[in-house]
Amino acid sequence: MTTTSLFLMVAGLGLFAFFLSFQRAARYSGPKRLRSLPHHYASLTAVWTAFPALLLMMVWTVIEPGYLQQQIETNLPTEIASQSSEVIGLYLNKVHLTIESQTVDADPVIQSLVVAYEKAALNSRYLNTAMVLVLCLGGIAVGLSKILFKVHARVGIERLLKAFLILCSGVAIVTTIGIVLSVLFEAIRFFNAVSVFDFMFGTTWSPQTSIRVGQVGSSGSFGAVPLFLGTMLISLIAMFIAVPVGLMTAIYLSEYASPKFRLMAKPALEVLAGIPTVVYGFFAALTVAPFIRDVGGLIGLSVASESALAAGIVMGVMIIPFVSSLSDDVIKAVPQTMRDGSLALGATQSETIKKVIIPAALPGIVGGVLLAASRAIGETMIVVMAAGLAANLTVNPLEAVTTVTVQIVTLLTGDQAFDSPKTLAAFALGLMLFITTLFLNIIALHVVRRYREQYE
Amino acid sequence: MNNTEIVKAGLCKRYAREKRFQFYGKAAVMSGFVFLIILLFDITTKAMPAFSITEILLDIPMDRGTLNLSTDTRVSIDDAALAGIDYAGLVKKALRTQFPEVTKRKHKKLLYRLMSSGAGFEIKRQLSNNPGLIGDKPLSIWLKADDDVDTFYKLERITSRIKTEQVEFIASLKTQSRIRTALNWDFFTNSDSREPEQAGIKGALLGSFWTLLVTLMVSLPVGIAAAIYLEEFAPQNRLTDFIEININNLAAVPSIVFGLLGLAVFINFFGMPRSAPLVGGLVLSLMTLPTIIISSRAAIKSVPPSLKEAALGLGASHMQTVFHHVLPQAMPGVLTGAIIGMAQALGETAPLLMIGMVAFIVDVPGGVLDSATVLPVQIYLWSDSPERAFTALTAATILVLLAFLTVMNAVAITLRTYFERRR
Repeated sequence: MTTTSLFLMVAGLGLFAFFLSFQRAARYSGPKRLRSLPHHYASLTAVWTAFPALLLMMVWTVIEPGYLQQQIETNLPTEIASQSSEVIGLYLNKVHLTIESQTVDADPVIQSLVVAYEKAALNSRYLNTAMVLVLCLGGIAVGLSKILFKVHARVGIERLLKAFLILCSGVAIVTTIGIVLSVLFEAIRFFNAVSVFDFMFGTTWSPQTSIRVGQVGSSGSFGAVPLFLGTMLISLIAMFIAVPVGLMTAIYLSEYASPKFRLMAKPALEVLAGIPTVVYGFFAALTVAPFIRDVGGLIGLSVASESALAAGIVMGVMIIPFVSSLSDDVIKAVPQTMRDGSLALGATQSETIKKVIIPAALPGIVGGVLLAASRAIGETMIVVMAAGLAANLTVNPLEAVTTVTVQIVTLLTGDQAFDSPKTLAAFALGLMLFITTLFLNIIALHVVRRYREQYE
Repeated sequence: MNNTEIVKAGLCKRYAREKRFQFYGKAAVMSGFVFLIILLFDITTKAMPAFSITEILLDIPMDRGTLNLSTDTRVSIDDAALAGIDYAGLVKKALRTQFPEVTKRKHKKLLYRLMSSGAGFEIKRQLSNNPGLIGDKPLSIWLKADDDVDTFYKLERITSRIKTEQVEFIASLKTQSRIRTALNWDFFTNSDSREPEQAGIKGALLGSFWTLLVTLMVSLPVGIAAAIYLEEFAPQNRLTDFIEININNLAAVPSIVFGLLGLAVFINFFGMPRSAPLVGGLVLSLMTLPTIIISSRAAIKSVPPSLKEAALGLGASHMQTVFHHVLPQAMPGVLTGAIIGMAQALGETAPLLMIGMVAFIVDVPGGVLDSATVLPVQIYLWSDSPERAFTALTAATILVLLAFLTVMNAVAITLRTYFERRR
């Protein structure tokens, strides 16, 4: 049986076990009534039936390919087995190709190997099906035998459920570990080919020129400084837009606006936050960038059609709602007594805001700005669509620059072997990105939490 | 001068400053609105041309001789015979009859380029639906024009892609009212194509559907389970703290890093197929998980403790209390969070680029293992295309995507208000 039909069979048996056990438990007629409800016993039986079988299926899918491979290798004729490992590898590849294409090979030796392989595969499948069936039936028997007064089925089921809950909350940890490991391993492989120093401090970035193996290390074409600088430039432009506008929006909405206006303005800001970044990218590339270029042309400036300015401005607008909602929370948390005190001393409202509320809320605002910066650095689609590919070492916002995220995307969407330094470089860049944003996030979360505690 | 006078002297200036500050605040709020309006207006105007398509009325000869079929009317026409017809040739022939004055080879070529390369397929479709059309009477049919003609006719602007001879052809067609614009249904019923006039978003829509289905199936149960554990059962210890730090952190990790994770773990380590909605859905569910966990926790926390205490007091176990009483009460809040998370996942592009969902795929995906692309990636792909007509298609796809997001968010908001009112 194929894995899918086997899975369906196990699921069906589990369901059958549930209903059978439910009937038994409902009609139980011992000296004392059962301690748990029928569905507790039924669930326990279903778990006994399906869980071990599914576990076995999982183990089998992991082991099976290796076992079959071994079957071929032990059957290899001696004149081939005695040759170098490369020849054997080539030979095995041929066998696998024949198996996959389901054709008959002219070479009788290969054909015999294919036949042996298919026989082994068939046997393995029969054995798997049989063992799964035995486990299922055994599970049903065990489950049914547990419908007794002395068995606390509810406690058992709840314990299992709790284990499941713990497992699910562990997914967050597993994801983080997965990110760190996957990025780190590939980055280490990259740093074996290119030195860390060249990567961190080199000023030329041209991964295209270093395809030939001999020149990877010496060419120094993996210098990431232009990318870091480009990322910082675009993020800085974005922050120049987002921080003043976002902060003023938050101040106006929380201190001046009437409740009615707030009720209208907040959803509009949420709309701005909910627009997908690819839409912003389209707008930046097709509307804002040509507009800036034309305006620049009118006043005699030469502006690149993929200028950092266009990407930065649009990214800034994207981050406005983020800054404003974070600042809004922080400003609201400033105690009313501080406002009242300042106003009672004769300060105007704007003086109260500038001299009392903002200084009091500053740590929280800084935390919010850091979070916003981490978002700007990690933002991908706007820069992929609106910023350039050329790694220019410049801080002129009117020229085209490239960023870390743009390079990750371009390096990984091409067609090359997975372990070329070009693809591995993307993971090294990913590692830098992850570390930077992690660093910013941790500081920001820490600052915000400290600040909250101060006024609670 | 006493203090009162000093204060009074500065008062005018201070009030002016107050007014200015308020004005800055208003300007900041307004600038956000203005940008939003410009963005929506710009995209809507760019999208409009994509919803209509230019068609040209041609009289296609349908006699058996021209179709290269057996002239014996008793011989029935089977599918093989229909497949053997040169449909593109029929279109060309109809064009030549329409414009008998065109004789030069160069001009003929320009003439042929008036029509979309898909025009032949349309005739084929009509014929296989109704073989009775074959006869001496020519078939008058509206066929799609080429995208350059389409752009020219709709915008009435001469571009470098259209030649003066073609402009004359179009003018001649117009006087005979043989050219018109019609609603572009193919935009919704076709898949991606290299020809803008034949390209549609059906493949991307279904790709998005399968991807979101996987995301929902994975992230909702896992997210709710994690939220229940952290809010109801987790002891105050280091491990719990660590889990919480991880969740908060994952919420702020750039989405492209999740794409790297998907590429390294799901595709290279587990050997899952590239460009499949399964992998895309898994990556997106890892990405939306923090959103769902955080909002579910808030919803569970807001269930009144009296409810829980009543259930516990009547002898329910902790697990029963949670699953029978707390979770149903928290469900609207949980679902609101889930919908918002799904909306985020629907608009996400970058991680899907990493796992190869950027391929040019013509087939409509029929399951989670087929190669597919999704709406935002389709937007990205089309926005890169040089043909002008693709810009309109991109903008139209954006409108469709925004419509979906609006509906999802509207449902979430309705659910939230309903939930709050019941409290």
